[in-house]
Amino acid sequence: MPERQSGRDRLLGALKRPGLRGQVTVAALLAVVGFASVVQVQSHELNDDFAGTRQEDLIQLLDSLAAASDRAEIEIDRLEETRSSLRNDTDSNNAALEQAREQADVLSILAGTVPSVGPGVVITVQDPTGGVGIDQLLNGLEELRDAGAEAIEINNSVRVVAQTSLSDGEGGVIIDDQQLAPPYTIEVIGEPHTLNQALGFTGGFIDEIEQPPANGEVRVKEVDDIEIATVREPTEAEYAEPVEEE
Amino acid sequence: MIAGLGLLVGITLGLLLQPDVPLWLEPYLPIAVVAALDAVFGALRAFLDGMFDDRVFVVSFLSNVLIAALIVYLGDKLGVGGQLSTGVIVVLGIRIFANVAAIRRHLLHA
Repeated sequence: MPERQSGRDRLLGALKRPGLRGQVTVAALLAVVGFASVVQVQSHELNDDFAGTRQEDLIQLLDSLAAASDRAEIEIDRLEETRSSLRNDTDSNNAALEQAREQADVLSILAGTVPSVGPGVVITVQDPTGGVGIDQLLNGLEELRDAGAEAIEINNSVRVVAQTSLSDGEGGVIIDDQQLAPPYTIEVIGEPHTLNQALGFTGGFIDEIEQPPANGEVRVKEVDDIEIATVREPTEAEYAEPVEEE
Repeated sequence: MIAGLGLLVGITLGLLLQPDVPLWLEPYLPIAVVAALDAVFGALRAFLDGMFDDRVFVVSFLSNVLIAALIVYLGDKLGVGGQLSTGVIVVLGIRIFANVAAIRRHLLHA
């Protein structure tokens, strides 16, 4: 071995001549280093973000997560409140809509804009002497209305409503500009018995028709299922306006 | 020769076994590895200088690892674990660079 050996020579020498003093110890320690390095590298690559994190960092993370979930819960509460209030609004809207629809049904029957069915009476007026005029018919209609008639139709062609006008015509009556000839068939929807009673009292409709000067003939039949098919176009009020209620 | 084989054997074992790092060791292992690397490079430099002594190497290796782990442990207890770890890594890094520079001068004469 030369006196002044360079580092490179020494390294080559050690590589060439195994079993030099202490090499086994060094090998053992180097094995430990290699093992530990590989293990650490792999565990670092395997582990997710939080495994190597310190306790205080984890606590901070937990705190921020808890705060975030608190905020989220408050948001959930707020949104649920909004949802329930919206649901209430919808409910009340639906109720109002339902009410409006019912009212519309009632009003459209009264206004005669829709066909109607229901129990009632069918009145047939024979007029062999031509004595039956609007006086008798008008009184009859009044009495029917008084007894709660909800829909009235004459001769399957005229729907009697609030605006209906009657006048005498040649060989019959003119109702809503329509010439009608006897016999008159009046179909009325309402409580059948009440309607029948309303026509039959002394000096009432039947008496008026069957006694002079009309000398007609009346038949009243209570029917369970009357269908009134005639409708009227709804009339726009030209002058009258509804008063807005506050 | 045997030393180089030892390193290879260690790496192979680590790759083959793939053991899980125990939880209590997790904060210390990275620092211990860096400290061990420092001892290894120091030993290589000493070897090239012709002053290598295996007893010194063993002692410096073990003490490096132990002190590094101790500092991290103390740091965790004091609540400055992160900062102390960084400090240890910086110091060891500087030493590794200095040793590698000396090794480079020996092997490459530059």
